[in-house]
Amino acid sequence: MTRRTVITGIGTVAPGEPGTKAFWDMITRGQTATRTISFFDPAQFRSQMAAECDFDPLTAGLTPQEARRMDRAVQLAVVAAREAIADSGLVYEDGDPHRTGVSIGSACGCTMGLEQEYRVVSNGGRDWVVDASYAVPHLYGYHVPSTLTCEVAWAAGAEGPAALISTGCTSGIDAIGHARQVLQEGGADVIIAGASDAPISPISVACFDAIKATSPMNDDPEHASRPFDISRQGFVLGEGAAVLVLEELEHARRRGAHVYAEIAGYGARANATHMTGLKPDGREMSVAIDTAMAEARIGPDSVGYINAHGSGTKQNDVHETNAFKRSLGQHAYRIPVSSIKSMVGHSLGAIGAIEVAACALAIETSVVPPTANLHDGDPQCDLDYVPLEAREQRVDSALCVGSGFGGFQSAMLLTRTGARSS
Amino acid sequence: MSAAGGQEAAVVTGIGVIAPNGTGTGAYWRAVLAGQPGIAPIRRFDASSYPVRLAGEVTGFAPEQHVPGRLIAQTDRMTHFALAATDWALADAGAADLAGFDDFDVSAITANSSGGFEYGQRELANLWTKGSRTVSAYQSIAWFYAASTGQISIRHGLRGPCGVVATEQASGIDATAQARRVVRSGTRLVVTGGTDASLCPWGFITQLPTGRLSQSDDPARAYLPFDAAAGGFIPGEGGAMFVVESETSALARGVETIYGEIAGYGATFDPPPGSARPAGLRRAIDIALDDARVAARDVDVVFADAMGVPELDAAEARTLTEVFGPRAVPVAVPKTMTGRLYAGGASLDIATALLSLRDGVIPPAVNITSPVAGYELDLILDSPRPEPLRTALVVSRGYGGFNAALVLRRARP
Repeated sequence: MTRRTVITGIGTVAPGEPGTKAFWDMITRGQTATRTISFFDPAQFRSQMAAECDFDPLTAGLTPQEARRMDRAVQLAVVAAREAIADSGLVYEDGDPHRTGVSIGSACGCTMGLEQEYRVVSNGGRDWVVDASYAVPHLYGYHVPSTLTCEVAWAAGAEGPAALISTGCTSGIDAIGHARQVLQEGGADVIIAGASDAPISPISVACFDAIKATSPMNDDPEHASRPFDISRQGFVLGEGAAVLVLEELEHARRRGAHVYAEIAGYGARANATHMTGLKPDGREMSVAIDTAMAEARIGPDSVGYINAHGSGTKQNDVHETNAFKRSLGQHAYRIPVSSIKSMVGHSLGAIGAIEVAACALAIETSVVPPTANLHDGDPQCDLDYVPLEAREQRVDSALCVGSGFGGFQSAMLLTRTGARSS
Repeated sequence: MSAAGGQEAAVVTGIGVIAPNGTGTGAYWRAVLAGQPGIAPIRRFDASSYPVRLAGEVTGFAPEQHVPGRLIAQTDRMTHFALAATDWALADAGAADLAGFDDFDVSAITANSSGGFEYGQRELANLWTKGSRTVSAYQSIAWFYAASTGQISIRHGLRGPCGVVATEQASGIDATAQARRVVRSGTRLVVTGGTDASLCPWGFITQLPTGRLSQSDDPARAYLPFDAAAGGFIPGEGGAMFVVESETSALARGVETIYGEIAGYGATFDPPPGSARPAGLRRAIDIALDDARVAARDVDVVFADAMGVPELDAAEARTLTEVFGPRAVPVAVPKTMTGRLYAGGASLDIATALLSLRDGVIPPAVNITSPVAGYELDLILDSPRPEPLRTALVVSRGYGGFNAALVLRRARP
């Protein structure tokens, strides 16, 4: 019999206040966390906004030593992991470390720490042969993104299979998909899975400026992330982490754990077209969605909610609208679709995990979060995007999709446990 | 060969190597068997002020001969290596144009460790000296960990489930195992493996604080794993890509060579630093052997992780003798000729192990002159050892606690 994967714990550090409850309260109120960048002076940049977490490592429970050694992305991941584990009711001492794995996604690893230390050793960028004597003790921990996985494994007491998955902006969905594969195979009974990114630093902002991917609506930062709106001009960079406790269903049942939802299907494809561009037809994303639906044995008529990639770039929103139509046919017009990036920005690899968490919470609370800032829909985007206000609505299955640089397209289907026959 | 558990067997049908001691599989394999090392003083930049001054640099590779000019400018050196090695692996597999494959039936899953560091250093320098408008439009897609997978996918039209696993030196094994997973789920052919190129000044000095790098100036004495004089390792660049394919697909299209089957895999993570609990390498090997349904006595050769750091060498040696018994299995350490290649490291070891299985010869670990007797390893030292080989084990440890083990089984002739 197939081993099934369920979510038994959720931890979130999203823009705004940390914690899953704060995140869910904020986005179901339709409130945005996008603002003028406060981490550094953004005056020289085309896009000067970001969705920042109001996160202080010490207040969030990290020790001064942890705070010093961990890049911000690592801090977010560890705090989210601790919340998820506490939420799951798993007790560290009772767990079997060998049967507990980790799968963390990240698009850009410890990029803030790397940039900061680069400035020091290069004397402000002036020296190509940088000065090794200024290298801090934990610098190699920034050099490799796998540090995220190490720190989460240590926080969780996990000694099973551990991975860092880095497929750009689909990293979060793919890390959770990877964890599900390992659980299905029997390689572990519990996997701490999620994603984290903290890219709000000058180099990342400059990167996206250079290809005009981010929004230049600097005079109205709270309303700058406008997925599916005719006036959209790109995404707003974000940061954050979401970590889930994934468990094999019988393992969760035996210990009487609360189950949020089942990860019932997962599909990943690549468009093999362009590193950053998308064709409007949505073909590859559609195949990923079809695969996820087939694995979940769910037809288009049973999909209750779609958490869109909804980045707010001109290309993306048309691309995925067409992917939904390809896969779901006429049902695409009936299913509520929303983009929480309108509120929490685009935290690259992390956002997929945050969005999977949002899907689980939609199932749990029977509330569909809205798409903020959607006043004037793009005629090419003609689905029900749940503009401005959340909707109370029972959701038995939720589809989460992601699309990213490299051409990656991923889709994941969550179902209310028991809503599907085994 | 029949796959364990009734699952589709995943076999390797093509290899492409770029290593410090040889560009191209043939050149590399000849160099390895001849004991020709590729470790030398760093030439790419002036390392004289650094405490570590040697590296395994790839010197025989001109990207303009192998990578389209447009792509050279848009990608980091790690991706130049990956694109060239992929071309060679696909050609070796007789699948250069992927004729007969549906585009959703082929994918790419690469190992990565630290991204495109040299490209990143150049653009960081632009940003901080000349301002944000001078940052390349390609920085966002050149330095990130998924760059090589994305570019390989686009260049060859691979639309199946792609991926990137970044578990430092263990990533080559973890990515290959992921390729097997994807093949077992129905994808016919996966390009996998990994290449690394972090030998720019910024990428180089970030490695120094681990204290694991050798400060020796003598290329023949700098990286001596399992030797009484072990004093750290030498970092290198390059790696290997290979083609993993379902056995059914490979046989149906009549491939020339099946190097071997990816027969078993195990991955574990060590307990937190300071814990009294045992490290996880032993479990990774046990899981991989179980997965391959082979006993320890069936393993004909082990490709060791060989950190070159005394306490880590001792731990690995202890694990190998626990699993196999003292001096009970030949241990190969060809990486004494290349240094440790991070994302390319285990990838190159897998390629080397497959070549060993094909030719029935175990490569030498040059430069080791005084193996620590107490380790009780049957190290293959100065010259290759011909031996009929059927099953090889490759082990690797990634910084921070990753352990990975892969069992490769030679195809039946």
